[in-house]
Parts: sequence; C-alpha cells; structure tokens
Amino acid sequence: MSWEIVFETEQLLAYWHGLLTTLSLLLSSLGIGAVLAVACALALTNGPWIVQKLVGSFTYFVRGTPLLIQVYLIYYGLAQLEWIQSRWDDVWPWTHFKEPFFCALLAFALNTGGYTAEMLAGAIRETDPGEVEAARAMGMGRWQIMARIVLPSAIRRTLPPYSNEVVMMLHSTSLASTVPALTDVTAVASQIYSDYYLPFEAYLAAAAIYLCVTFTLIGFFRLLEKRYLAYLAPRRN
Amino acid sequence: MSSYYYSILQGALLTVAVSLASLFVSTILGLLGATAKLSGRRPLVWLATLYTTVVRGIPELVLMLLVFYGAAIGINNLFEAMGSDYVLDLNPFIAGVATLGFIYGAYMTETFRGAILSIPKGQMEAAWAFGMGPVRTFLRITLPQMVRYALPGYTNNWLVLIKATALVSLISLHDMTYMAKQASAATREPFIFLMFAAALYLVFTSISLNVLKRINARYSLGTEKVQL
Repeated sequence: MSWEIVFETEQLLAYWHGLLTTLSLLLSSLGIGAVLAVACALALTNGPWIVQKLVGSFTYFVRGTPLLIQVYLIYYGLAQLEWIQSRWDDVWPWTHFKEPFFCALLAFALNTGGYTAEMLAGAIRETDPGEVEAARAMGMGRWQIMARIVLPSAIRRTLPPYSNEVVMMLHSTSLASTVPALTDVTAVASQIYSDYYLPFEAYLAAAAIYLCVTFTLIGFFRLLEKRYLAYLAPRRN
Repeated sequence: MSSYYYSILQGALLTVAVSLASLFVSTILGLLGATAKLSGRRPLVWLATLYTTVVRGIPELVLMLLVFYGAAIGINNLFEAMGSDYVLDLNPFIAGVATLGFIYGAYMTETFRGAILSIPKGQMEAAWAFGMGPVRTFLRITLPQMVRYALPGYTNNWLVLIKATALVSLISLHDMTYMAKQASAATREPFIFLMFAAALYLVFTSISLNVLKRINARYSLGTEKVQL
C-alpha cells in the first residue's frame, strides 16, 4: 500500500474536480429529471389514452434496459448519426451533442425522469379519494385539484422512494467515466490507477468519497422527510 | 451483418450466465446476512450492518473495478510476500460474478431480513416446542413462509441485477453490451446494434416478471387477498 501518492496535492485536487463534475452531473440530471418526471406522471395519470401509452413505453424502455446501454445509445448512437453530425456545427439543440457532458447528462436525466415518473404516478393514483372529493365539493376544477391537492401530497409521499432514487443516481453517475473526456470521481481514480499502477488505493479513495456523499444525501433526505412527512408520522403522545 | 447479431446473441448467453451465477451468490450471502442481522449476537449484527451500509453506499462500477484490478494485485502481492512466484490472473467472469453477488447480497440481506420479520413469531416458537433445531426450523418453517414476503423485493433486486450485468462489459467480459458496442464500432452503425441489445434486455426483464408472477401466485396459495 502506498497511500502517499493518493494524498499528494495534485491527486487530491484531481479528486476534488472529479467530485465537482460528479455533483454537477447529479444535480443537473436530477433537476431536469424532476421536471420531466412531473410532466410524465401527469401524462400517465391524466393524459389521453395515446399519450399514456407513449409515456408508458418510454418508462418501460428506460426501466427495462441498462443505463450503460442508454448512455452508449446517446453518446455513440445519436451523436454519431450523420443527420445530427451535419447539424451540430450551427443548428441549435444539436450543437450540444458535441459535448460529452451534455450526452451523459441527457442520458441520466431521461433515466431518472423515467424512474421518478412511475413513482410519482403511483403516489398520485394512491391519493385518498376523500381529499379529491372534498376539493371537488369546494368547487375546484380538475387542474386546480391537481395543482393544489393531489400533487403537493403526492410529491411528499414520493420522498422516501425518491431518496433511494437519488442515491442510485449518484452511483449511476460513475458510468459517466465510460464517456471519454468526462472526468468524474471514477474517471479520476482510473486515471490515477493507470498513471501510478495503484488500483487498490485509487479506487478505494473513490469509494470513500462516494460513501461520504451517499451518507450526506441520506441525512439530507431524512431531514426533508422529518419536515414534510411530519403529518404522516406516528403520534408521539 | 448477420454475424454481428449472432455474436450479440452469444453475448446474451454470457449475460444470462453472469446474472444467474451472481443471483445464486447474492441469495446465499443475503440469507447469511439476514440470519446474522437477526442473530442478536453483537459482532455478527455489527459485521452484517457494516456490510450492508458500506456496499449500498458505493457505486457498483467502482466496486467492480476495485475487485477486478485491485484484488488481483493485492493477492499477487500477498503471494510475493509469502515467497511464492505464482501469479494469479483474475478471471473477469469470476471477478464480475463475485462483485455483483457481493453487492446484491447486501440488498438481498435487507429484503430477507424484512421477510423473516414478517413471519409471525409463533411459527418459530411452535417449531422449537416440537423440538426442531435452529437449522431445521429455518429450512422447514421459516424458509417456505418467507418466500412470499421476500418475492417482491427479490424480483426488484433481480431486475436491477440483470441490468447491472451490463457493467461487466467494462472489465472486458464479452457479454451482450460488450458485443453490441464492438459491433457498432466495427460497422459504424451504432444505433441498430445497441437497440438490438436493449431489446434483448427488455425481453429478459419481461420474461422474469412473468415467471416471478407465477412463482408468487404459487407461494401465495391459501393466503387471503385484500378486498379493495
């Protein structure tokens, strides 16, 4: 074991930058994924039949295939299509396909969007019918009920499974290291492994970093649950 | 062209082999972990808790690289220190199965622990009253009843496990994903081959869902269903 090399400033800085890449990938894919998930969950529960089928097959594909294949499909598949390559120099959305960060982000956001949409749709379907009835009796319209009654409670009830999804997503961002030119924590570890031939130390350090982030995320969600699910907690007195 | 499809199908066999082998390893580890957690003996509980928390906090890919690259070197250093010049070349299949089994063993531990806790305690007490030993109680009383409670979680773990096998392509095991990537690089038509592999994964997950639904029906015989 030679830990000195891993703890040199250069390597520590590399890990730090890797951590920043990992976190920015995580947060941006979660952000985009959340918006996508709310839209898809609404479509799954309220949309017309054809939209439900379309969104359903999207989530079926996302949840039934490995994320690695999805990343490959976007990075090696879409971004290498001639139709896109002929446009990616000047026509906007396609210009982004040149950047590996965007390709990875797109894959991750679609993935977490698909998973979260199904969770949220499940929570919406399980809403207490009495709440909706009461809202209707108050004279609220369909969308008003959705926005004021159903969604706020469904999003809260999705918190516990969503915290699992966030941790899974953090772990999934390690797949970004398979896309060339993206240096997240895992890619930094691979780099140090190949530079100094220290696989054990390099990957163990990466594992420790992920472990810390995981525990931070779990702690954060525990606080959120305490705050937002307090009304579902068992009575204390 | 068609030979590429054939090679991907051959990779699919390897994917199935890796999945089933790691499912076996993880089930054994999960049963051991769950019994350790419920044993009430301090060191065992502590060890099992450490196992499940640490493993579930680290990405599969990092663990796999750690085992594949790290463990081989570690073991060889050990051999060297002991004065032997034997060089172990860690087989990627074994490394992949060991890592996936080790990781999903942690998830299985939690699933099985929950399932065992769901069985009414009277069942085990009755078995002890009949003079059954701990092993016999487990095999005859606990195991058959916990299947029903464990199946939903087990199904989820299995579905995640199948998809996680795609990662073994990164330690140069020639599974479906590896073959699809090779084929797309060789033909410069990435889309078709990757989609073909994706479709095969969908077939696997759909078949497993169907089979597990049948098993679930078999083990839920004689239990009351909730009337909604």
